[in-house]
Amino acid sequence: MKLPSRRAFLKTAAVAGGAVAGLSATAKAGPKNVLSPDRKGVLVDTTVCIGCRTCEFACRTAHGLATPPLESYGDKSVFSAMRRPDTGALTVVNQYPNATKSELPYFVKVQCMHCDHPACVSACIVGAFSKQENGSVIWDTDRCIGCRYCMTACPFQIPSFEYNKAINPEIRKCDFCITRTRANALPACVETCPVEALTYGPREEVLRIAKQRLVTYPERYVNRIYGEYEAGGTGWMYLAGREFADLKFPKLGQNPAPGVSEAIQHGIFAYFVPPVALYAILGAIMWMTKNRKEGV
Amino acid sequence: MDDHMKATPMKTKFITPGVIVLILLALNGLVFLAGRFIFGIGSVTNLNDQYPWGLWIAVDVAAGVALAAGGFTTAALGHVMHQEQYHVVIRPALLTAMLGYTFVAIGVFVDIGRWYFIWHPLVMWNGSSALFEVGICVMIYVTVLYIEFLPVVTERFIGRVYLPGLLRQLNAPVDRLLRALDRGLSKTMFVFIIAGVVLSTLHQSSLGTLMVIAGAKMHPLWFTPILPLLFLLSAISVGLPMVIFESIIAARSFKLKPETEVLGRLGGMVAPILGVYLAFKLGDMFIRETFVYLAEFNTASVMWTIEVVVGIVIPLRMFLSRTVLKSPALLFVASTLVVLGVAVSRINNFIVAYQPPYALHPYLPSFGEISVTVGFISLLTLMYRACVMIFPVISVPEDRPALHSKYAIRTEKS
Ligand code: SF4
Ligand code: SF4
Ligand code: SF4
Repeated sequence: MKLPSRRAFLKTAAVAGGAVAGLSATAKAGPKNVLSPDRKGVLVDTTVCIGCRTCEFACRTAHGLATPPLESYGDKSVFSAMRRPDTGALTVVNQYPNATKSELPYFVKVQCMHCDHPACVSACIVGAFSKQENGSVIWDTDRCIGCRYCMTACPFQIPSFEYNKAINPEIRKCDFCITRTRANALPACVETCPVEALTYGPREEVLRIAKQRLVTYPERYVNRIYGEYEAGGTGWMYLAGREFADLKFPKLGQNPAPGVSEAIQHGIFAYFVPPVALYAILGAIMWMTKNRKEGV
Repeated sequence: MDDHMKATPMKTKFITPGVIVLILLALNGLVFLAGRFIFGIGSVTNLNDQYPWGLWIAVDVAAGVALAAGGFTTAALGHVMHQEQYHVVIRPALLTAMLGYTFVAIGVFVDIGRWYFIWHPLVMWNGSSALFEVGICVMIYVTVLYIEFLPVVTERFIGRVYLPGLLRQLNAPVDRLLRALDRGLSKTMFVFIIAGVVLSTLHQSSLGTLMVIAGAKMHPLWFTPILPLLFLLSAISVGLPMVIFESIIAARSFKLKPETEVLGRLGGMVAPILGVYLAFKLGDMFIRETFVYLAEFNTASVMWTIEVVVGIVIPLRMFLSRTVLKSPALLFVASTLVVLGVAVSRINNFIVAYQPPYALHPYLPSFGEISVTVGFISLLTLMYRACVMIFPVISVPEDRPALHSKYAIRTEKS
């Protein structure tokens, strides 16, 4: 390869640099990620839940998913194996033994945690996930390309993918009943729960209630609110009568899941300075080694 | 010494028994590929909600990107640092990178659920997503690689445009177009070459950032915030071994004498790079004290040991030896180890290290997934063979009965 004259070299290099800098102007258009002080949350009190699974039924109905009749939900045999939310059920309830009172097992309802710093939102290649004003983390079918990076990223292993659809497979997860809450209705599961195991409200308020319960009934709970700090805090929070690890909650630190990766990303892409600098350095090396060769 | 080397299209029969095997493997892969497009990803793969990424991402995409690193390492060496003696390996490495990245793009296309939306990242941006950065860089880099390869095409066809039949009138205009393109390219090519190196540095490292966000699910033997650095270092260290590996295979398959001297000198540079990579890998291990996990005997510890001992330590020792650098056979073995080591490292990072909390059973690729991957590798090899037979890529000594050179043709014409 021949190198052009010095003038042409600088000119072409400058044009290329300008093009990159121009790109950086639009680079900030990211997905919506609001952390509003009024964002909603839910407290799940697993010591109150009776495992009736009507919330599963209500959820499926509210989201237009196929469901067996409500009566069949009384069937306790489903508890023999741990279940996970999937494309056909956005929330499921699992049963765990109670060491002190074996006749009163614990039930844990599982769904998207609607994280304050959602890994899925940070990870999604096209910004199909977004954290809304009211705390819901939702998915946009018009953007998604089906890469499943959100699934790799989510620390709670929540998003589920329609593997057996060739055209327009969807990512499915709990959407915090966004259409209902926008119309000032309660989330379907919260509305239906017969024993008020689920408390819906502003996250701060819900957190206050949880702390109150820990103070009022210290013997009933392990002294911890799961979701207060986990992965930077989540919209859904849990109280339990047994160690959370025994109830198969993932063991997570307090740092937001996207923290490190975003720091690296933003470090590399800080206004495109590092790549442009590298470009300039390589250009300089190219120029200098060329001159040295020619000088000889 | 290599002034008398000249890139020339290879002249030999395309079909050999080996080629037939490759064609069959490619066809087998295409059958399963058809299944994936008709019935969905789940019908062909063992992927599920616990393991959203598998063999296709680890091998077709991640290992593919790493093993195509010969393109930017040789470009940096030959063009940026002007080490002219290595020019004979630049074109083969460029071709590998071009084809390699093309297959990476195809691999992504096949793996994503909504392949018809593959263009979305171009218009829907998420600057905080590592995958977004990888996607954009790879898209631009593929384009840059094709531009870098254009001079090889113009060289092949300038003065030799013979369109058939009625199109014959177009011969002269096409030829003029090629010449104009050639002139324009040789003035601006340095921009693309530097851009190629920058883009490679960016996405080779961001590929490592990908798994950082999955931190809580990653096995501690692999999870570290310096994953991007480790990915970049391993990509740089596999670049030259990959070039040596291919050169020796190509020499064998086209019955040429391997360029032992150039390859030996390239090999001499591998040891220091591998050394730096190993230092960071082990240094990180000691800082995070993850060596305790090696005491357990399980898939993770075995795979880690293979990755590091077979893929780094042994070849590092080999590349330090003068005997190895002088022997094509030993060079080949050492390079193959590095290549396999990096491939294993990608499989480890994307599959072995990924331990989702609610996995019911470990992920193993299905027969269909393996077939598609093997099919792609076969197809890539076939295309490489076709390209070096059509275009002047591989260098042979001038005095061989080679095709007429570019400049000879030009003078003939004018
Ligand atoms: S639980 Fe997972 S899917 Fe839900 S908001 Fe958090 S990261 Fe996203
Ligand atoms: S699968 Fe869809 S929602 Fe998930 S990361 Fe990919 S594009 Fe985003
Ligand atoms: S409806 Fe309420 S009590 Fe019944 S399983 Fe769901 S959370 Fe538990």
